Amino acid sequence: MRNIHKLAIATMALVCYFWISSLQPVAAMHIMEGFLPLKWAIFWWVLAIPFIAAGVRSIQKTMKQHPETKMMLGLAGAFTFVLSALKIPSVTGSSSHPTGVGLGTVLFGPLAMTVLGTIVLLFQALLLAHGGLTTLGANAFSMAVAGPLITYAVYKGCRKLHISFAAAVFLSAFFGDLGTYTVTSFQLALAFPAEVGGVFASFAKFAGIFSLTQVSLAVCEGILTVIVMNWLMKYNENELKLLSIVGKGA
Amino acid sequence: MKNILLFMLVVLLAAAPLVMNRAAEFNGADGEAEEAITEINPDYTPWFDALWEPPSGEVESLLFVLQAAVGALFIGYFIGAGRMKKKLEEKAAERLQ
Repeated sequence: MRNIHKLAIATMALVCYFWISSLQPVAAMHIMEGFLPLKWAIFWWVLAIPFIAAGVRSIQKTMKQHPETKMMLGLAGAFTFVLSALKIPSVTGSSSHPTGVGLGTVLFGPLAMTVLGTIVLLFQALLLAHGGLTTLGANAFSMAVAGPLITYAVYKGCRKLHISFAAAVFLSAFFGDLGTYTVTSFQLALAFPAEVGGVFASFAKFAGIFSLTQVSLAVCEGILTVIVMNWLMKYNENELKLLSIVGKGA
Repeated sequence: MKNILLFMLVVLLAAAPLVMNRAAEFNGADGEAEEAITEINPDYTPWFDALWEPPSGEVESLLFVLQAAVGALFIGYFIGAGRMKKKLEEKAAERLQ
């Protein structure tokens, strides 16, 4: 309970902070179709593909070792599916959406989420004209490769520092979400360096825009991930033990 | 109980901007990112168009809702199934004693 109070106070403080600080209405979610020059589109595709291939192998391995966790893999996918469909208004006056890759990363590792995240992005590109096929490589790299990797690093770091499980889950999902959009800004900056100041100036521009909008969403994402994880701890302890999230391996 | 409080916090976080920032339009940000790009590089034209686009905002929101609903359905089923399984296991254990 006391933790929740602390969290509530911290959240309100953040909200007030962003209320007071300047309101900038520009932000972005995925990079839109055709909005990356061809060479960058190819570059990010080439970078993303090995991770996707490794992800397929990682999932196959987990499913062979622990077939009982198949449904839970579905859950990780469903969670990303829901969260990336939620366009939530942010304090900056525009809307963006969380990524939802944190849950699956903690459960199945970063590589497995590369595959699930890319599938969700593909669905959105084809059916919703949200993101795109040419930019799928770049979007997959930010949301399905970099996001899970950052999440995983933060999670492992927290566990090493003996931070509580719930806090570790929250922080890792939070930073995974923010990291995804930082990488997106970086991708845009590389493709569109400013005339004055080059890549760095562009990055500052895009990142300034993004991170502000995304902070409150990242908090939402962290909390939602903790909620689902609480349920799993309560009802699905066996599977968590198999994946060594709790018990001896943790 | 803890989860309900946490969930209320999420709702609050999502609703607060609407109250605090009434003048804002809360545009989906992809369009605005395009603007930022055009600002940096006015000559840039997208070289590839989406293969298919939802014909209207209504159809688009329908698809987004379907996406969220399908995912939420699965999550609900999974949690419900897990809860029931645990209950049955506990009952079976009681009977054995």
